[in-house]
Amino acid sequence: MAIPVTVKVLKFYPDKCNGCLDCEKACSQIHFKSKEGGEKSAIHIFKKEDTYQMSVCDHRGLCLDMCPVGALERRKNGIVWLDKNTCIGCQACVGFCPIGAMRKSNARIEPFKCISCGACVRACPENALELIEKNIDDIKEVVYHKLGV
Amino acid sequence: MVKGQVPILEYKTGNTQHKWDFKRLKSGHKILAKYKYKKRMLKRGYADRTLYINLSTNVIKEKSVTNDMKKKFTGGRGFGLKLLWDSIKPTTRWDSDENELIITTGPLCGITQYPGSGKSLCLTISPSTDIICDSNVGGFFGPYLKFAGFDAVEIQGKAKKEIIVVINGEKGEVTIETAPYEETNTHLINMQLTRIYASEDSDKSRQKISVISTGTGAEHSYWGCLNFSFYDIRRKETRVKQAGRGGLGTVFRDKKIKAIVTKVEKFDGVSNNPADPNTVAKVGTKLHREIRDLDRHQCNMRTVGTGHLIDIMDAYDLLPTENYRFGSFPKASKIYPNKFYNLFTKIIPDGCWHGCTLACSKTVDGYKLMTGPYKGEIVTVDGPEYETIACGSNMSIWDPLWILEFNFYCDTYGLDTISTGTAIAFYMEMYEYGILNKKRCDGLELCFGNAEAVLEFLHRLAKGDKGNFIKVASKGVRRVKDWIIENGWGDKQFIEDSGMESKGLEFSEYVTKESLAMQGGYGLTLKGPQHDEAWLIFMDMVNDAIPTFADKAEALHYFPMWRTWFGLNGLCKLPWNDIEPANNPETDEPAKVPEHVQNYVDLQNAVTGWKVDKKELILQSERCYNWQRAMNVWMGRGQRKDDWIPFRAMGPVSEMEYISRKDRYDKQLVEKLGYSKNDIEKMDVHEKLNHIYDFRRNEYEKLADAVYYRRGWTPNGVPTPQKMKALGFTNSKMLKMLQKKIKKDEKAGLNKWGGKYTKGEKPPSTNKKYWEK
Repeated sequence: MAIPVTVKVLKFYPDKCNGCLDCEKACSQIHFKSKEGGEKSAIHIFKKEDTYQMSVCDHRGLCLDMCPVGALERRKNGIVWLDKNTCIGCQACVGFCPIGAMRKSNARIEPFKCISCGACVRACPENALELIEKNIDDIKEVVYHKLGV
Repeated sequence: MVKGQVPILEYKTGNTQHKWDFKRLKSGHKILAKYKYKKRMLKRGYADRTLYINLSTNVIKEKSVTNDMKKKFTGGRGFGLKLLWDSIKPTTRWDSDENELIITTGPLCGITQYPGSGKSLCLTISPSTDIICDSNVGGFFGPYLKFAGFDAVEIQGKAKKEIIVVINGEKGEVTIETAPYEETNTHLINMQLTRIYASEDSDKSRQKISVISTGTGAEHSYWGCLNFSFYDIRRKETRVKQAGRGGLGTVFRDKKIKAIVTKVEKFDGVSNNPADPNTVAKVGTKLHREIRDLDRHQCNMRTVGTGHLIDIMDAYDLLPTENYRFGSFPKASKIYPNKFYNLFTKIIPDGCWHGCTLACSKTVDGYKLMTGPYKGEIVTVDGPEYETIACGSNMSIWDPLWILEFNFYCDTYGLDTISTGTAIAFYMEMYEYGILNKKRCDGLELCFGNAEAVLEFLHRLAKGDKGNFIKVASKGVRRVKDWIIENGWGDKQFIEDSGMESKGLEFSEYVTKESLAMQGGYGLTLKGPQHDEAWLIFMDMVNDAIPTFADKAEALHYFPMWRTWFGLNGLCKLPWNDIEPANNPETDEPAKVPEHVQNYVDLQNAVTGWKVDKKELILQSERCYNWQRAMNVWMGRGQRKDDWIPFRAMGPVSEMEYISRKDRYDKQLVEKLGYSKNDIEKMDVHEKLNHIYDFRRNEYEKLADAVYYRRGWTPNGVPTPQKMKALGFTNSKMLKMLQKKIKKDEKAGLNKWGGKYTKGEKPPSTNKKYWEK
């Protein structure tokens, strides 16, 4: 299999954001067919002091080596993908993600995450989100074997 | 070294790949009995039925689990005790037809969100001890057994031919099948059966199979362990965890079982069907994060597994070396965790059940065997864990590679590394004194450090060598003690004091000489000297947190009960206190890890829908603990005489040991025994040894007094009917048996305290028959 070289990740322009959370609603529509956003959304926008911040997966892939059943893999387009049918809901990836980007909703036991689908980008009325291409080697992170040494 | 983020299919271990004629293997499978059952969902952690298999009669049936059974026995080991009580007699021995091999799960077993939730509990009457032995083990079997539809499986009777039992959760079918052509040894048969029974030729399909097997060593010794497999999709190997203690594998082979296979169709994070899955996930995620942030600063389990303990034990004089004569050794740094870290494969989720991020199950992949029938084969060695490495030091083997060799062959031959290592260490000490020699050892030069002779011993044992020594030695320390004494080769007292067994079971790998509480933790146990009941060395010795007899007795009540609880639920104990919250030292009772105790309260409630608190958890254990002790009494054991431990566990046996720690012992003669420095100078070592001997033996008896009293037992260590009733038991057969036994003890003068109490000291109670009040 050809090894992916690049991956699309979300870039956020806080200056443009108006805090409407349409992005979260669009995301929860993708993952749960619900417009609730919040805990059902893989992207989180929150206000910090005078500005907005985004929390979302950056596809560094640290979780890939955590999965005991091989439900996590880097797909051809470079994104880190969780196969919900293989997942056995252990939450190891949720617990170990250093940026809290692997999400868990009360709606089901299997976690979910950003798949760089662009629904949030399209939903944003202020163009505050963009998908940009990054080299996987620049963002890739493997800490498993370094932990504890 | 592999750098991580390697696609699973591309992982390579470099191990030898076997080619087997599966057509031929399968052609030997004749179905002797078949049982169809209705597949159904689990209910709040329970399958609500157990599976009964009789190999003598080929009867297979299911038994239902009642609410009363759950209330009294909770699950896991508790269910095992209940099933044994219903099936065996007080005269049942390990090789009796009615003896059972029981594998149970527990209501929390099989959840994937909380680390350490995949344990099975195995019970049988042990060949080593003639009483119940319980042993807990990881691997996928327990969870899969439950997902296939059963809280426990009990196997009674003996097959006439080599058989396997297949519990097929996909089809809802249990079969007993002949299996003449499969290998017996674990590393081969596990892979053979995994491939045969997987629905598809894929790793994901093979991951849905778990096999229990043992090996030829189990057939020819009392040390047989059970290997529970868990298929590793990255290494593409059937890895194993061991139910090691007490000869379960010996019983397994006596029943002519080659393997038990279980298979699930599919499962997910809520297959256990908990009442409140979100709480389970929340509590689990909290622990994952703790492990992520703190393990590297605490135990380093994720990196080197339980072997992280070696350097700590060596530093505190607790690492058994040369048959527990010493607690540290100049060469010990050769087997420190960093040496094994260099050998372990490092990039893989190493939990023995899904979701265990404590991940202590390390392996060495691509290891080339140096000896024996598989010499030259390249294999994955599962482990070594702390106990196995410490067996190395106990036999004075300081080369990590020889420890791996010992580890691998013990596993595949189905031998418990602990019993095997501890016993060989004893034989080596006897060899050093000339009590044993090359001739008496069937030509084996079993001197300390001779790893090649150790492996030679294992290979000959596994082949069924008929040499006198090998035949006796394979039955363990107790039988060899008797054999040496009968032959008049050595001083009886010295031999009794040096061989590390109690109740017939070999000690696990900790030096307990300076911790009275830990001596109790080994001696005042149900099955024998295993550290799973209590591990109080640091609390007692290093932190001095339990100074009085009453304090020690309280600890020897609480911790054995608490640790028993894991076995009732199908859990691993490690995530309780081998990872601790950052603020744990500031809590009221740091030794109990209060936040994690609360996690377990929340988990049990979230899975079962009950509303229990932490006191109820201890009560659940107390019921089973007392029931097991009472069953031991019923079988003629479980009394003060059976809680005896060899003096090597209490203090220096030989002059060399005294001299090696002279300052420590001299100081004790002054501080504890009241001798003056002048007195001591006049004494020779032998005299000093005698004083220490009498003092420490008496301390142990006083400890036993305090512990029996705290546990609500008689001074002879017998659970009282009053205690059993208070715990909710009404079984009249049990209550009458205990009453009768206590009466008999009264006549024999056994209902009196064992310790000698001098002026100013008091036994726990001066009331005769305090338990009646």
